[in-house]
Amino acid sequence: MSRVGLVVVSHSAGLAAGVVEVAAQMAPDVIVVPAGGTADGGIGTDFDAVAAALDRAESGAGVVLLYDLGSARMVAEMAVEVTEGARLVDAPLVEGTVAAAVAAQGGADLDDVAHAALEAVEVPGGPVVAEGVAGGVDIIGSQSIAAAQPTAPAEVVVPLTNEIGLHARPAAMVARAMTQLDARVTVRYGDATADGRSVLALMALGARGGDEVHVSATGPQADEALQTFQDLAARDFDE
Amino acid sequence: MGCTANDLVTALKAAAATIEEHRVELIQLDRVIGDGDHGENMDRGFKAVLTALDANTPDTPAAVLKLVATTLISKVGGAAGPLYGTAFLRASTAVKDRAELEPADLTEALTAALGGIVARGKAEPGDKTMVDALDPAVRAAKGDTATELLAAAAAAAETGADATVPLVARKGRASYLGERSAGHMDPGARSTALLLRAFAEVAAR
Repeated sequence: MSRVGLVVVSHSAGLAAGVVEVAAQMAPDVIVVPAGGTADGGIGTDFDAVAAALDRAESGAGVVLLYDLGSARMVAEMAVEVTEGARLVDAPLVEGTVAAAVAAQGGADLDDVAHAALEAVEVPGGPVVAEGVAGGVDIIGSQSIAAAQPTAPAEVVVPLTNEIGLHARPAAMVARAMTQLDARVTVRYGDATADGRSVLALMALGARGGDEVHVSATGPQADEALQTFQDLAARDFDE
Repeated sequence: MGCTANDLVTALKAAAATIEEHRVELIQLDRVIGDGDHGENMDRGFKAVLTALDANTPDTPAAVLKLVATTLISKVGGAAGPLYGTAFLRASTAVKDRAELEPADLTEALTAALGGIVARGKAEPGDKTMVDALDPAVRAAKGDTATELLAAAAAAAETGADATVPLVARKGRASYLGERSAGHMDPGARSTALLLRAFAEVAAR
């Protein structure tokens, strides 16, 4: 199966490599390519390196690019303008890359991987990014994420019997599973809710072992989604 | 008599020499309100332009401008790369089928360059960026000859760059300084004025 690839564009080779390292740990089968620093090893961004990274990350399903600052955005924009099937997202670099990598690992398509990166900003306390259009490239902002479907959702209460609850690895497992289904899944813990496809939002709920979460879903595969969540929890997320 | 590909190459060589001459000045301006690499980046970029112009002989003004654009995009490293690169690329597209550039073509090329920088950097006049030099230059770029037109543009760019001194930066690395960016000239506006002055001097020869 070809998965969506990722490119991390940064002013620093070290920073790009570090972000890739963190993302690779949670999404081992996704091609995440760093493009950091200038050709001579300095601080800056290198158009040729970004274009080459785009090429390496492309395996037929498209590529999502994330960037750190100023010129990294401009260089990434230019690379996207000349490459079919590449998408630039305005998301926080670390959170966005991790969320996108987990979505790509689960087999999400280009749109969904891009949205996963953007949804990383919806984690409670996270920053808000604006939507922008520049030089013919649409930079998708969080506002463009579609609203949930209007039908009344099915809901189940799921006890978390594993020790760490919805922490990193279980959250990634849930997000990956939900990404594969055509359903909008919401996980509620106390007053907080999270998109079932967002690993960071799930982790931010802070649901621990012994807690209960309310899981609701809408869409054609809502029932499968609820069943999948219950199955994963019943297996203690393979802990 | 219009501006040929050869004339443009001469102008760009002069621009590269000017940038080299003002390298330290640009570094110092950028060190105060940015990350200090503008002089270094521009000098590296224009040295690469000289190499590219020696290795290739583009035969139309548009081809010269395009070669400059791709070289700057690849070699500059900072935000000036994509910004000036886009400017030269749009200028190239604007004069695509001209064998020689008449004064009206120069105005069109400068207007397209400004449009490219605004689209890429999303800066507006008053944000303390290169737009503050190029925008007045484009508005002043009038004249019956290339000499007149470029002299007017260069003078307006210099006035515009000087006028960035009291501004508070709203784009780029300098914007992180907020109020503290006031009191210093914007290095991007300065380099824009330097380039236009170099072009004007070649046109006056």
